[in-house]
Amino acid sequence: MTLQLICFYAFAAVMVASALAVVTVRNTVHAVLFLVLTFFTAAATWILAEAEFLGIALIVVYVGAVMVLFLFVVMMLDIKPESMREGFIRFLPVGVVVAAVMLVEMLGLIGVKAMAAKQMPADPAVADGVAQNTAWLGKALYTQFLLPFEIAALILTVALVAAVALTHRKRTGVKTQKPGEQVRVMREDRIRIVKMAAETPTNPTTGESA
Amino acid sequence: MITLAHYIVLGAILFCISVAGIFINRKNVVVLLMAIELMLLAVNMNFVAFSRFLGDPSGQVFVFFILTVAAAETAIGLAILVVLFRNRSTINVAEIDSMKG
Repeated sequence: MTLQLICFYAFAAVMVASALAVVTVRNTVHAVLFLVLTFFTAAATWILAEAEFLGIALIVVYVGAVMVLFLFVVMMLDIKPESMREGFIRFLPVGVVVAAVMLVEMLGLIGVKAMAAKQMPADPAVADGVAQNTAWLGKALYTQFLLPFEIAALILTVALVAAVALTHRKRTGVKTQKPGEQVRVMREDRIRIVKMAAETPTNPTTGESA
Repeated sequence: MITLAHYIVLGAILFCISVAGIFINRKNVVVLLMAIELMLLAVNMNFVAFSRFLGDPSGQVFVFFILTVAAAETAIGLAILVVLFRNRSTINVAEIDSMKG
């Protein structure tokens, strides 16, 4: 048993335990924090497989951005834990049975095909002549997968616009400046020149005009 | 040594946990979204493992794209959730039935 394998088993144990906690824990904030732990240990197992770039990206993107977004939303919404727990006991047997059957099936498939102990080869990045995982990945990403990479950027932009458009709301009854309308205003909109006869003051005693 | 089967079994266990999570937490949309994130993580685990053991960078590039799409999905999902909570004052899936589906 090498040190690598011991580390893998430790990370895997933490990961499975925290994933179980995510789906069973009562408080949603705690569930998000357990999900952070799951992602962190997943990143550790990826780094064990010499996928350093993705491991770090998982921590930066997921733990740093997506999970913080989750925490922000969970804390902003007023979720009552007890109302969310109804049906937990009722659906527990179904969920456990389905998950167990699926797991047995998957393990059977893996046992047939892959348990034939494929040893971890030498780092393919080194084998391909680049020194490290990031360069190896970047080379593939910017040559073979350049168009999908650009589309991924576009998807992120669309998601950004969609999220803002969904949550943005116009408040009624609030007086704010509208610079667009202010700039567009013309002289004719603001003043009206009226042609009329000149008025002359009248004498209050005689009623005649002066 | 770590073998390919180690990673695939870990991914399978993670996937099954998230499936069970969807079953037992069907009231709470936030936990449902988190279970979906766990599923994507399990799939990514397989991609990383196969990429590493077959020596092909395409698998890791695919994980990169899955992370991108998952981040976009989470952002939009949480935005929908916020709008839903603003309109209905609940995120209980059982009470969101105005379309009578």
